[in-house]
Amino acid sequence: MPSRSYAGVDVEVGEDGFFVHPEQWTEEMAPVIAKESGVDDLTPRHWQVVNFMRAQYMAKGDSPSVRLLGKASGVPVKELYELFPKGPAKLAAKIAGIPKPRSCI
Amino acid sequence: MATRIVILGGGTGGTLAANRLRRVYTRSEAEITVVDQDDRHVYQPGLLFVPFGLTHPEDIVRSRERQLHRGISYELSAIDHVDIAADRVRLASGRELEYDVLVVATGAVVQPDQTDGMTGPGWMEKVFTFYTPEGAGALEGALATFDGGKMVVNVVDLPIKCPVAPLEFCFLADWYFHERGIRDKVQISYVTPLDAAFTKPVSARRLGGMLEARDVELVTEFNTGEVDGENGRLVSFDGREIPFDLAVVIPLHGGASYVGRSPGLGDELNFVPADEHTLQSKAKENIFVIGDASSLAASKAGSVTHFEGEILVENVQHFLDGEPLSASFDGHANCFIEAGFGKALLIDFDYDTEPLPGHYPGTVGMPLLEESHLNHLGKLMFQWFYWHVLLPGRDIPGVSSKMPLAGKRAVPGRPEEGRTEEATDAEP
Repeated sequence: MPSRSYAGVDVEVGEDGFFVHPEQWTEEMAPVIAKESGVDDLTPRHWQVVNFMRAQYMAKGDSPSVRLLGKASGVPVKELYELFPKGPAKLAAKIAGIPKPRSCI
Repeated sequence: MATRIVILGGGTGGTLAANRLRRVYTRSEAEITVVDQDDRHVYQPGLLFVPFGLTHPEDIVRSRERQLHRGISYELSAIDHVDIAADRVRLASGRELEYDVLVVATGAVVQPDQTDGMTGPGWMEKVFTFYTPEGAGALEGALATFDGGKMVVNVVDLPIKCPVAPLEFCFLADWYFHERGIRDKVQISYVTPLDAAFTKPVSARRLGGMLEARDVELVTEFNTGEVDGENGRLVSFDGREIPFDLAVVIPLHGGASYVGRSPGLGDELNFVPADEHTLQSKAKENIFVIGDASSLAASKAGSVTHFEGEILVENVQHFLDGEPLSASFDGHANCFIEAGFGKALLIDFDYDTEPLPGHYPGTVGMPLLEESHLNHLGKLMFQWFYWHVLLPGRDIPGVSSKMPLAGKRAVPGRPEEGRTEEATDAEP
């Protein structure tokens, strides 16, 4: 397993950069991961989504999809794409230190 | 007193669960009631063929009630809500049904109004869906008079019922326009939010290759934010645009609306969370879920529902006997994929094993992930099996609820693809 160093701590990540152990994540790591992924500035709106993602994951054991974020995070889908360009659910999950969302088949 | 079993939904899952339960309990042991809001049971796999004139809506619809064995009550009413604490269902008719065990089998519904513009100007004129009998019938008329231009086939987002159906639609459209002698005048694009033609790697490559061979353009990672029928364009949330003359859209799906009115029963999309192996709901121990109504990471498809039926009935019995729920569902799914020109593929998979090449159900059998006439015949024959074997709750000889590995081969040089935990790279 590859590892990365964020905010001075070594964490284990999967091939595509998602945390393997969400409990290794701390708030200080979020801006660093965000910058790596092309999000330069984490605004309070970004944090609203990131915190929602973590809370959902902790409660349900699953990373939420964009549609669920749009319905339940308080941030509409269109704005999610502005905050986290290309793939809001994937990008926000990475920044929140939780596993990549599983897609339904 | 007889045990009261209430089944919500008289489609594939509700019907086969009711019929299987009726066989294991005598009438003095259990009262079984099925509730549905209408008496139209649609053979949903048939919808794919309607737009091409290969079947007609009236040929794929039968009475729901008449698919139920004797001794099963049928209640024709919409559902208002489920009172989980009181073990009671309130119907829109005002009637209340008390239960000892509840089976949720109300499936998934399409929600075209959840995407901006889709049901606005151009809906059912330039913008269609074949996921309802009405939509499929209207699309038949539109295809018959389409004499050239750009057709887009767009999946708005997952989950959808029968995830391969939109691809099959492309394959059949290629065949259909060839037959009409105008294939060279029609551009076909398949527009998906996934990063490939399908979710799992081996079949995604195979199906992507089939699109290419048929000259169907593949547009990936397109998250549809608006369907603009008036100006003929799909607009993604990140501002990309795809023009069309005719759009065939698979709308967002959700669970039945009463789920949202039943506190604690469903998730944000009105699907009902359940244990992926026992099919017992997360809401309460006396509620079980079958088929498309659940939020399980299994395909929303009739074959999954069929395989779940056996497990569900066994676990309902265990529950009523106060025993551990020992029957375990493995996510088994199989489906024929219509390829056009009288051929079809067959795929077979479960929660952990992606669709692999080989043969089904054993080393001798139907070819997997290969186009063949035999599979096409299998697909056509399946409608008979559906009404006469699957709904009555019988087992199909040689077809087990557990996914078979005999007859399958891992793809050489790609051992990591045999069993994957990660379904896809796509944005869900």
